[in-house]
Amino acid sequence: MKRFDYIRAASASEAIAASAHPNSVYLAGGTNMLDLMKIGVARPDRVIDISRIEGLSEITWQDDGGVRIGALVRNADLAYDGRFARTFPSVAEALLSGASAQVRNAASVGGNLMQHTRCAYFHDPASACNRRVAGSGCDAREGENRLHAVLGWSEHCIATHPSDFCVPLVAFDANVEVEGPHGSRDIKLWEFYSLPGSTPDHVTALQPGELIVAVKIPAASAAFAPNARYLKLRERTSFAFAVVSCAAALQIDGGMIQSARIALGGVAARPWRCQGAEAALIGVEPGREAFEKAASLALADAHPSGDNAFKIELARRIMVRALTLAMEGTPETMPALPASPFPSESGARHVA
Amino acid sequence: MSLSISTIINGEPRSIAIDDPRVSLLDLLRERLDLTGTKKGCDRGQCGACTVLVDGRRVNACLTLAVSVDGAEVTTIEGLARGDLLHPVQAAFIEHDGFQCGYCTPGQIMSAIGLIQENHAGSDPERIRELMSGNICRCGAYQGITEAVLEAREAMSEKNRSDAA
Repeated sequence: MKRFDYIRAASASEAIAASAHPNSVYLAGGTNMLDLMKIGVARPDRVIDISRIEGLSEITWQDDGGVRIGALVRNADLAYDGRFARTFPSVAEALLSGASAQVRNAASVGGNLMQHTRCAYFHDPASACNRRVAGSGCDAREGENRLHAVLGWSEHCIATHPSDFCVPLVAFDANVEVEGPHGSRDIKLWEFYSLPGSTPDHVTALQPGELIVAVKIPAASAAFAPNARYLKLRERTSFAFAVVSCAAALQIDGGMIQSARIALGGVAARPWRCQGAEAALIGVEPGREAFEKAASLALADAHPSGDNAFKIELARRIMVRALTLAMEGTPETMPALPASPFPSESGARHVA
Repeated sequence: MSLSISTIINGEPRSIAIDDPRVSLLDLLRERLDLTGTKKGCDRGQCGACTVLVDGRRVNACLTLAVSVDGAEVTTIEGLARGDLLHPVQAAFIEHDGFQCGYCTPGQIMSAIGLIQENHAGSDPERIRELMSGNICRCGAYQGITEAVLEAREAMSEKNRSDAA
């Protein structure tokens, strides 16, 4: 690991001022940043520890029923917060399907948003990667790419965004509250991540020095609580990133879908909101026929970026299944294996 | 640059000068404090061999900067037994053959203590396995580990009941 100066910030304004130094990074839980520093992908000159900043670790309910989640709230603390898990069950399910208990105990909400792709070529400083070093090329195009993007990719980058948490957040119109040298602003999470285009090194909408201070979910999204699920296909039962995942939520009244929220994970450089599919579900009877039609619409523009054509059909099927689970209703208690496609009845069987 | 931290390690208050901010909590424990019970496996948060409790929460010591535990309380495998009296989780791992080579065991035991204290698994083996998935055992002693966690949880709640009485 390259040497760096360590600064512990006592306030957001102190952190932002300290970040004026070139090649600075913010450090919260460290579960992604320290890993990237160990392998030489992140090589900061200055590390600004924001984990002690007061006032960023609260879950605050707004008068209208929306929620503001401080950027330093730990992933585990959010997922196990009773009111949060009841109000946004699919967000809690997504959180608990990610990483391990140890990582969730350390990782912060803001850090979850800022984590980098797990593309192996991004992680290998000896490989060409336009995301890591602008203009260096993309070894993933001709490499091991069966888990790479099928939507929104470009010839310059085919990486996917790894977060589970962000998938239902995008579906629920979450906003990212940031503070920076020029004041504070809100950014829609959907617009927070850039698609690679010809500049894959531009990953987020953050300007230099800007610091995430909170994530906000609007009150309207709480209405989906009775029918909201997250489903995640992994290559092992637990502690793995999604091959494909889907957040699906429905409002059903009088046997008809009044409103739908759908987003896919593991398919693009950002969590992929599927508004066309949502619109196609309004006013129709929930069921396989409607869900298959919506899923086909959602994947209509998908193209393989390598050996990953299977992910398109997989995403379609995962979406149908997630919508079916949402229709059946949010379970009373969190499944033993959150977001897993395996049956979750309790007992001695490990994998059905 | 030298940074000084105050921390309580296994109940003992310590003041430690950190001469390099790159030092992880894992390397501090092993290389500086001679607490080699905490193991280095992958050093990237993927295997769980370095699991310790920081302020009672299980975390990966390899992904924690030593400077960041300033003011915190750290518990390692060396802080569990009282003389020859093993912690209930240690005793249960022996009773149920929860290991073979033993390299992952300190991390497994610290993680199991964290899991029992978090209290999200109850006595459901499926939930225990899911919430222990951050600890890899390449010998494959998972069946014994699950049984050990189940029994230790029972023993610890019985002890709590008798302590309260």
